[in-house]
Amino acid sequence: MTKEELISPENIVYEKPRLLNDVDMHYCPGCSHSMVHKLVAEVIDEMNLEERTIGICPVGCAVFAYRYIDIDWVEAAHGRAPAVASALNRMWPDHLVFTYQGDGDLACIGTGETIHALNRGENITIIFINNAIYGMTGGQMAPTTLMGMKTSTCPYGRQADLHGFPLPITDMAATLNGTCYVTRQAVHTVAAINRTKKALRKAFENSLQHKGASLVEIVSTCNSGWKMSPIKANEWMEQELFKAYPLGDLKDLEEGVIK
Amino acid sequence: MEEEYVLLKGNEAIAHAAIRCGCDGFFGYPITPQSEVLETLSLEKPWETTGMVVLQAESEVASINMIYGGGASGKRVMTSSSSPGIALMQEGITYMAGAEIPGLIVNVQRGGPGLGTIQPSQSDYNQATRGGGNGDYNTIVLAPASVQEMADFVDLSFELAFKYRNPAMILSDGVIGQMMEKVKLPPFKARLTREQIEERYPWAATGRRSGRTPNIFTSLDLSPVVMEEHNKHLQAKYAEIREKEVRYSTYKTEDAEILIVAFGSASRICKKTIELCREQGIKVGMIRPITLWPFPTVAIRELAKRMKQVFCIEINAGQMVQDVRLAIGDTCPISHYGRMGGMVPTPEEIVNVIKQ
Repeated sequence: MTKEELISPENIVYEKPRLLNDVDMHYCPGCSHSMVHKLVAEVIDEMNLEERTIGICPVGCAVFAYRYIDIDWVEAAHGRAPAVASALNRMWPDHLVFTYQGDGDLACIGTGETIHALNRGENITIIFINNAIYGMTGGQMAPTTLMGMKTSTCPYGRQADLHGFPLPITDMAATLNGTCYVTRQAVHTVAAINRTKKALRKAFENSLQHKGASLVEIVSTCNSGWKMSPIKANEWMEQELFKAYPLGDLKDLEEGVIK
Repeated sequence: MEEEYVLLKGNEAIAHAAIRCGCDGFFGYPITPQSEVLETLSLEKPWETTGMVVLQAESEVASINMIYGGGASGKRVMTSSSSPGIALMQEGITYMAGAEIPGLIVNVQRGGPGLGTIQPSQSDYNQATRGGGNGDYNTIVLAPASVQEMADFVDLSFELAFKYRNPAMILSDGVIGQMMEKVKLPPFKARLTREQIEERYPWAATGRRSGRTPNIFTSLDLSPVVMEEHNKHLQAKYAEIREKEVRYSTYKTEDAEILIVAFGSASRICKKTIELCREQGIKVGMIRPITLWPFPTVAIRELAKRMKQVFCIEINAGQMVQDVRLAIGDTCPISHYGRMGGMVPTPEEIVNVIKQ
């Protein structure tokens, strides 16, 4: 059988999601962002939501997310995505409004907006990429940087006396009355990817059913920032990051937030 | 329809006008002397009548970013605050200007700098008219001088903001915000539906209908070539606003030999000053800029040509006077008089300044 004969619709087992734009991504090879983008595009398409979805981009590596997924987007100032999303969802209450934020954006400069949007029970989904480092600006310490972990602004390792402790923002989110679904996932294996996709779908459904705020944390690799090969980065994530940020659901209220 | 006259505080008038002009959302944070805006809206419960959203945000930073998001949706959204809160909002205002998102910001000014005082001031003039945040941009700035204008300028601000896809500001102060006057409330205007917004504002983030390209709001581009072009586009827009949207009023300028330039609450005090001066045979008139940006440069220049002296009366250390100097140059002597820190000049005080 020739290659040409093989390329036919009945043989397709894997393809680019319809809503993922056919452009080169700026993400580093090995980075988790591109996989999460693909899942977001797939779920929006499968739920037939493109005509009523608005994404909010962060400042950070995903600042150009609007180039990659074929929906309406609003680019927020650093950390402000949950405030932007709160208003957009209150303006379009039947739309899916989601933010896509990194750890610096969500858990440092935007902690206030994140906590309050979640605590108000805004019917939005927050997708939280936690790679424990600032990727876009070149590998500085993040609020989720592990104790002892080296970054360009804690080159001798994170120390409590100098830098304070990692912020357990997802655990905090689970304690808030406004959250209906808080989960921590990853995209380093096929099984993990499938679980993350299910989590995104559940969060989006919660948002559309006005069940309250959903937070999907995705523990991710930043092999460039960590100065590791992609394979080594995956191993280090499993060995070290998952210890501090264990995968699984932290909260899942079937009936949603009672407002 | 029967005309509706009511007695309201300036801040209350803002709230009632917002409900009536088809405003879709208010997002704000309490601060003296403007808290009555959010309080009145909360009491009126417009979400049960017009469907308008009213939300007390966690900070002014969040409020302005809610305006950024709400404005991107093509809806009429607004916030209000007072000077220190407006300072916090500058990030969001420059992002709105950069991403060309319309919206209304009300500043009921109080004395500064810093936490300052809760008494009235006009010391945010420079911040309002020069942009206030980072980058080359301008905000459309309207300065009400009465409770009636507080009400009227809400709809006008939204009209201008959407016409030019730019943030607009009502620059009021603690005098206008807190005083009570008779107001004719504007008629009710319906909020726009999704279909109406899609038709009128095809740029809005409404959810991408099949067949159209995505609507994306950003102020970022890493290419300086692209960013310079974007800036040129913004500057061309600002030039058009300067050309078409200047608003001002004049008072007893026909026979005047002395011209007062004053805006907002200072212009009201100056009306009394003019009355007192004229009783003493001193022919004083006034021009009141209604738009502080765009500034009525040409009108002031023309009037000043036949004046012996121009007085710029402000409740600040001398901010608008710089624009008046730019307008007049050396053609007529200019003096500034102002009070600061929450102190408001009396008409008699200004008469003495003019007589000297």
